[in-house]
Amino acid sequence: MNELNSGTPIYIQVIDKLKKQMALNNLKPGDKLPSSRELALEYNINPNTASRVYREMELLGLCFTKRGLGTFVAEDKKTISSIKENMAEDYTKLYLQSMKSLGYDKKEIVNLIEREEK
Amino acid sequence: MELVKTNELFKSFGAVKAVNDVSINIENGKIYGLLGPNGSGKTTLMRLIAGLFYPSKGSIQVLSENISVNSKAHVAYMPTEAFFYDYMKIKDAEKFFIDFFEDFDVEKFSDLLAKMQLNRKMKITSLSSGMNAKLRVALTMARKADVYLLDEPLNGIDLIARDAIMAAIIGGASEDNAVVISSHLIDIMENVLDDVIFIKEGKVVINENAEDARANYNKSIAELYKEVYA
Repeated sequence: MNELNSGTPIYIQVIDKLKKQMALNNLKPGDKLPSSRELALEYNINPNTASRVYREMELLGLCFTKRGLGTFVAEDKKTISSIKENMAEDYTKLYLQSMKSLGYDKKEIVNLIEREEK
Repeated sequence: MELVKTNELFKSFGAVKAVNDVSINIENGKIYGLLGPNGSGKTTLMRLIAGLFYPSKGSIQVLSENISVNSKAHVAYMPTEAFFYDYMKIKDAEKFFIDFFEDFDVEKFSDLLAKMQLNRKMKITSLSSGMNAKLRVALTMARKADVYLLDEPLNGIDLIARDAIMAAIIGGASEDNAVVISSHLIDIMENVLDDVIFIKEGKVVINENAEDARANYNKSIAELYKEVYA
């Protein structure tokens, strides 16, 4: 689960993994996140990269820091629920792009999805 | 802050220039990968910084002072080869380190031993190569040094021991110190490095932030490595 690949910047990959945990409600609004050091050990990444993960997530409004207490998942439920929607949109866009690059049109794509889901 | 600075450093063995005009800075708060195949000069460079070789030419500064007996106290060097006597148990090796290094932290060592599933009663000759490597990393990282130089800590090590070793390195790195890891096993190290220093035939060919290198060359460090050394 904590495997990372090398194509995308590491901090972005880790942010995506944490976002997924939020989308799945495994990490709930207000939950305490692991310290940068714990995060570094959990994902086998550089401690500076782990700090960057939280810095970037804070800029995105996904988490906040309480001085001396640590980093917490944002408490705004709307922000958290929009993560799931945004990720779903991203996955869908990616899928559609790939299918269109193979020459499929909308109808064929819908047919394929229905066939696969049976 | 610059913990180590080498300036136009050369080291020759006969006609072989093992280190050939190397100027690098090692700063606090970073983990460095000193990368290159066997024979590229990684070990010689580390031994120079550790004060175990005299430069043929050029200078080395540790904490802004020219390298000397004193600078050895700031640098924790882990050589590739094992450095124990046959009679030793882990507790004897520990005693050796306590005697040699004022900055050896027994509590930190105990913690690392537990994490690596080693105990003081074990006889060193009976350890597997993975356990031996874990012990050497634990002894080195238990020092409160400013600069850690780990020469090939992952060589010939199974996957589980690798994780324990990487955890010890990540756990030991802090804002105040620098860790330099030499390796040719790039894929394992890729995610852990702040900066990469590629060394080829004694010369530094790439020296930059790992994330920048990935972006600039549009390649993983592992791919970049294959390209530089192919």
